[in-house]
This record gives sequence, C-alpha cells and structure tokens, in this order.
Amino acid sequence: MPWGILSKEAIKSFVKKPVTISYPINETSVPDGYRGLLSFDITKCIGCGLCSQVCPTGTIRMIPDERTKTKRRPLFELAKCVFCGSCVEVCPRKAISLTKNYHTAVIRKDEITI
Amino acid sequence: MAVKLPIGPIHPMLKEPMNFTFYVEGEVVVDAEPNIGFVHRGIEKLAEKKTWFQNLYLCEKVCGICSSAHQGCYAQGAEKIFEKEPPEKALYIRTLMWELERLHSHLLWLGVIMHEIGFDTMFMYTWKDRERVLDLAELISGRRVGYSINTIGGVRRDISHEAIKMAMDVANYITERAKFYERVVLTERTILDRTQGIGYLSKTDAIRLNTVGPTARASGVRRDVRQDIPYGVYEESPFSIVVDTGCDVLARIIVRIREMIISAEIIKWILFTMPKTGSIQVKLSPFTKPPENEAISRVEAPRGELFYYLKSNGSQYPERVKIRTPTFANIVSVIHMVKGHYIADIPPIVAGIDPCLSCMDRVIIVDVNKEEKKVLSHQELRRYSIKWYKKNRAWVREERR
Repeated sequence: MPWGILSKEAIKSFVKKPVTISYPINETSVPDGYRGLLSFDITKCIGCGLCSQVCPTGTIRMIPDERTKTKRRPLFELAKCVFCGSCVEVCPRKAISLTKNYHTAVIRKDEITI
Repeated sequence: MAVKLPIGPIHPMLKEPMNFTFYVEGEVVVDAEPNIGFVHRGIEKLAEKKTWFQNLYLCEKVCGICSSAHQGCYAQGAEKIFEKEPPEKALYIRTLMWELERLHSHLLWLGVIMHEIGFDTMFMYTWKDRERVLDLAELISGRRVGYSINTIGGVRRDISHEAIKMAMDVANYITERAKFYERVVLTERTILDRTQGIGYLSKTDAIRLNTVGPTARASGVRRDVRQDIPYGVYEESPFSIVVDTGCDVLARIIVRIREMIISAEIIKWILFTMPKTGSIQVKLSPFTKPPENEAISRVEAPRGELFYYLKSNGSQYPERVKIRTPTFANIVSVIHMVKGHYIADIPPIVAGIDPCLSCMDRVIIVDVNKEEKKVLSHQELRRYSIKWYKKNRAWVREERR
C-alpha cells in the first residue's frame, strides 16, 4: 500500500468525533461507585474515632465538637486523601460516604477540608 | 578516546529516575554505567510505621502503572502471614484486575516506544484504546488508576453485570486492535528501520543478567511467574507464554502486543468461569494482629516479576517489607543492549525494557578533550535522534544489510 497501513485508520479517525473532551468547559461523566471527594454527615457521627485510626495517610484527625456524643468529631483534610475509602468501610453509623465529585484542584487547602 | 555522556537522573514525568553514563566514540556507544537511587522515597521504612491494612494503600503507591500488581502481591503475602485463604471469587476478580492492568500498561508502553522513535500517530491510537480499558477499570473499582481493590483476605468490591458486559466488549475490542497493531508493526517501514536489530540481547545474556518479564521473553527465555509458580487463578486458566527469539526492540514490541491478545483471552475466560455468587472477602478487622510469621509473594507485573518479602513480629505493624521491582532486575541488561549502537538508538533501547523513563530527561554531553559541556533535555535528545536518522537513514540502512 503506497499510503501505509495506517491510512485507513487515519481516514476513519478524521470523520469521527475527537476522543478528548475540553475540560472544564465540558465535564466527563463518572460511573456509579466512583471514589471521589468524601462527604461527612455530622448528625450521624458518634465521634468514635475509628476513621482516624484506619486512615493510611493521616487525612483524618479528631477535633473537639459539642454536637457528637463523645464531644469530638473527625476533621477531613482532603488534600492528603488518597480516596481509598477505608473510613467509609469502617464507619459504624455510615456518616461518611464517597461522592462523585472529582474536582480536587483548589487554590486553598481549606476549600476541601470538611 | 571515549567521551562520557551522562544521562539522567530526574524527570517529573516518570516514577523511577535513574542516571546513565554512556561512553561514546563518535556516534557509537561503547559502554554504559547505570546509577540508580535518585527517587528513594523510604517506602520500605515507612511500611514499618503503618498497620498491615494501611500498608495496602502505601504499597499501591510504589508504582502508578502497576498499582494493582503491587497491592495484590502485598495482599497475597499478607494472607500467608494472617493464615487466611481468600474466597474463590475474590481470586477471579483480583486476576481480572491484574490482566486489565497488563492491557493498559502494554498499550501505554506501545505508545511511548512509538513516541520515542518519532511515530506519534500510533502513539495517539494506542492511548485512545487505553482509555477504553481505563474506563472499565473505573467502572469496576471506582478509580482509573490506583484501584485499591485488593484487601487482606479478598477483594473489596464485587463486579457488576454492567461491568461484565463492558469487560467482554473491551476484551474483544483490544484483541482486534492488537492484531491490527501487530500488522502495522510488522509492515511499517518507519518502525522496522528504527527497531529491527536494535538493542540486541542474546538468550545467554538474558539468562545471565537475570532479566524478567517481556524483556526476557523477547530474548527467547521462557520465564513467566504466572506459569512457573501459579498464583491467583492462573493455574486453571488456559494460557500460553509468548516467546520471541528476535532479541531486539522489535521482538519486545511483538511480545507485548501478543501478550495483550493473551490477556484479553484470559479476561474472557475469567468472565465465563467466574462464580456468579459467593463471598468476595474473609472479614478481618483492620486492627487484627497476625501471628509471628514470614512470607514471600511473587506476581508477574506488566514489566516482569515483582517480589515481596514480609515479616511479622506479632504486632499490628510489619517488621519488614522488602520490595523488588522488575525494572531493578532489567536495568542492568541495558548496558549490554546499547553497546555498539548509535546515540540516536538510546531512547528506543532504554524505553524497550519498559522502565521508568525518567533517566532520559537530561543529557549532559561532556567532551573530555575540549572540556565542553552541553545539556540536552529528554525532548531534545528525542528530536536529535529523529533528525539524525532522517539525515543518515540511507547509509545506516546500507550498513545494516
């Protein structure tokens, strides 16, 4: 073939839509069960501190809070998070859950501290 | 008079920076000296400070591309320490992730080697196909890379019907594409000119230098942990080792492309034979203390044999975690591969063992006689090699004949 074996492929690709998407103008869709940023519901929390013990990166630390039974709550500094989901699995009251939010690039760290 | 040509060590794109000193006479490389240890992150020491379960996510971060192989290998070793057998279905899901990882790693590498020889069109095509595999991995595990699917005593997530259907489509698609790539590689003149006869490593040298993975198999050595010491569900799975006796960069490309076809076959076999129901995990508390014990674990990662040694002293923390990665085993063989080849052949030869390419970032050309220094980046070296081949193609082709 004078044009090389890739010519057919090149013509096919030429008429197709581009594979890339222009983020952040267009957003990609993520499947169910995606491990994105954590969400935390303080009304369910009992302040047991298991999440801070299983966290592999030290993302979660316990701080004083009047709203829970044990007068302390976890603080999630998600800039350190590796999204393993260990805290979600270990939480006895299902107070922590994983969301589909993948926008983790922020200017200040406290924007993703919950 | 040989001129020293240091290459490396740091490139932010890659995970294992290393440094080479090449000795060149004119354009021909006469000797090479690898120098590693530039990205010592202290992971083995850090592993002693974390619990057995926290280490699952630390080991995963050793390598970005073969994260599942590292985590699975660690989990496999830790299961021996905890004396727990994972359920059958867990082994199937674990093996499925290992094979998906091999697919995406080989597709990535195929793109990289084509980029190194200046054939960017194919780089675009392979990376486009890789997205299909990554989307499937995302559907199964929740992340594109860093799947975190293994745990001590099984896997953390079950596989959905939707994922099974998609996996079947992906396996068929990749088989078709891999066959197309094989045809392209074997007929396209651009690829043959830059890879045929380049980076020769004879079978004797491959055995002597303890090469592993596709690098060894491309030199005709039948060495594959999946068949030598079967783990996961590889013992039951009907698959054959891909061996090529070409011993050059072209053979390494062919071996990896054919391995993708085999991987797709294993994935299809897993989807057909996987138990439909059953538990996926032996429940263990994250604070469980294992008995005093030691274990080794071996896995065939996409780049070759991966080895873990684990030792427990009966506490929540491991006493020792030793990791031996495949690139470490293969890097010495580069010395033999580059001898007698041109500077322009260094990028495809070093990329040929599928290393962390960081070594190729910065090149300092030092002319000993004139005491002149010249710093080249990886990009410049690549551009230089493409330009050099364009200029000298005719006589190089003649000489090789």
